[in-house]
Amino acid sequence: MSIISLQGIEKFYGDYHALKGIDCEIAEGEFFSLLGPSGCGKTTLLRVIAGFEDVSGGVVLLGGKNMAGVPANKRPTNMVFQSYAIFPHLSVAQNVGYGLRRAKLPKAELDALVDDALEMVGLSGFGGRAAHALSGGQRQRVALARALILKPKVLLLDEPLSALDKKMREQMQTELRRLQRQVGITFILVTHDQEEALIMSDRIAVMFEGEIAQVAPPQELYRRPVTRRVGEFIGVMNFLDARHIDDNSDTVRFDIEGIGEAQISHAQLPSGARAFAPVVGLRPEALSVIYDAPTTPAQRVVEGEVVDLSYYGDMTYYEVLIDGTTTPMTISMKNLAARPVLERGARARVTWDEGSLVVFAA
Amino acid sequence: MRGGWLRIYAITYLVFLYLPVILLPLFAFNDGTVMAFPLKGFTTQWFVQLAGIEALHGALLNSVFIASVTAALSVLLGICAARASTRFRFPFKAPIMGAIMVPLVLPEIIVAVSLLVVVVQVLDLPLSAWTVIAGHTLICTPFAIAILSSAFQGLDQSFEEAAIDLGETRWGAFKNIILPLVSPGIVASFLICFTISLDEFIIAFFLTGAEPTLPVYIWGQLRFPTKIPAVMALGTLMLVASLIILSVAEYYRRRGVARVGGKDSGGFL
Repeated sequence: MSIISLQGIEKFYGDYHALKGIDCEIAEGEFFSLLGPSGCGKTTLLRVIAGFEDVSGGVVLLGGKNMAGVPANKRPTNMVFQSYAIFPHLSVAQNVGYGLRRAKLPKAELDALVDDALEMVGLSGFGGRAAHALSGGQRQRVALARALILKPKVLLLDEPLSALDKKMREQMQTELRRLQRQVGITFILVTHDQEEALIMSDRIAVMFEGEIAQVAPPQELYRRPVTRRVGEFIGVMNFLDARHIDDNSDTVRFDIEGIGEAQISHAQLPSGARAFAPVVGLRPEALSVIYDAPTTPAQRVVEGEVVDLSYYGDMTYYEVLIDGTTTPMTISMKNLAARPVLERGARARVTWDEGSLVVFAA
Repeated sequence: MRGGWLRIYAITYLVFLYLPVILLPLFAFNDGTVMAFPLKGFTTQWFVQLAGIEALHGALLNSVFIASVTAALSVLLGICAARASTRFRFPFKAPIMGAIMVPLVLPEIIVAVSLLVVVVQVLDLPLSAWTVIAGHTLICTPFAIAILSSAFQGLDQSFEEAAIDLGETRWGAFKNIILPLVSPGIVASFLICFTISLDEFIIAFFLTGAEPTLPVYIWGQLRFPTKIPAVMALGTLMLVASLIILSVAEYYRRRGVARVGGKDSGGFL
């Protein structure tokens, strides 16, 4: 059952159309991400769910209830703000217990709940600290504890990791994921970082210009982006001009720039597509530079020139201009002892995995 | 030696600015009724004399009352205006805020005369402490707004939303989160308005009723040469009080800026 149902959400700021008819169902207990470049409306959508923004049209159902006219303080949602908004004049414990003040609990009970919440986020014993004396990572944890202590139906996270440094961010990604599994609450994460979304989410909604382009689990999103734009936004993708030749009973034949004819199975095609875009996508890891002769006779090889490369230690990313094409392709290779890193300008033999070709609907 | 000239300029500037003020305590402790050099010797008799003047006590009480009420009103109005200007968008915001801030630079004599006309001719009210309070509130409010705006501006809007998100009403969030966070600004603006009102002469002179404020009383005393040393002593006390109050105000303003983690963006000291 979906805990959140967004139906035709519209939002205008004056003439600016920020949300253009968003339809989306978010399941209970799901880690759901809203991913998109800045200005795509993802934060606006989050604030609509939280009740900080009115909708210009459409319906927000939360746990089956229409949220129209329900203010933010009456909604079963809590939010972790981008700046964390830890009240600087209160202690950590007062911050965490803030939302329970109205519940008028006995002090011992309140303290126990606050202690539990702090323990959950790994801040046991920090209750007495002044909020302004915390580090960025600690603030984030306090913000989480403060929101989760109220046991919301949905926890909203507005770019919660963007203010942290890389190490801390990676640590918090795993920790947030663990926390979400532990409490079982639906998390909705807003992020512009596709890697973060892939690592953490059960499902991701990719948004561009106030519209959802695709909603899918991370693997599907990466392997089967529905449009070129989604493919470009999630990870790296090479695009090759392609011409649809004909359909057979179990495959479709394409003529692809640089690599020639390809047989693509029906399962690999976008479902329900009648016509195909004149371009196919290929991830860097689906291409390989080969150092020896082809291992099987069926393996096809094309040649090209290394025009640039980026060495990452574990990986090397080559930009290879395949003979007869005009745009270099990005190829990622694991660095192994038997694979010397090619120089700029070197000739490279390239093979590819036909099963990884991504076809887009026209 | 470019630095040398600049240094001389700076020192001259400071001497020009503060020498007259330093003369005040100098003659307050001078054992003689004539304000002239050479000084005659050290005495505290003028301060003792001050303690015995009944009219002075009345004027002092009157001034403190006016300054307190003025500061309270200015801060209240300042909070509303500062919050409106930093938190909300509304039509004609810039001209409205500009109009509110104008009394900061209006010649006080103009303000005083206009207020006198309005109070006496138009409203037909008797002059009293309240008419002075009205005039002082007019000139103090822009100062309160300027200080409070910097306090409100440094405040992350998420604080208020976070409080509402945690179940507070709008008013609750304002009362429990926003007000405590801007409280140093409130204290600072109260103290500055208090000082301005306490020292203000022109408006008080025009609008005061039967009971003069302290500056008006002092002005009246200057006609009597024998009373001048006592006035000097009184002026010295007011100077010290003003400096203390302004320092405390600045301390609170800076603490407020530090508390919300903002950058210091001016202030009056």
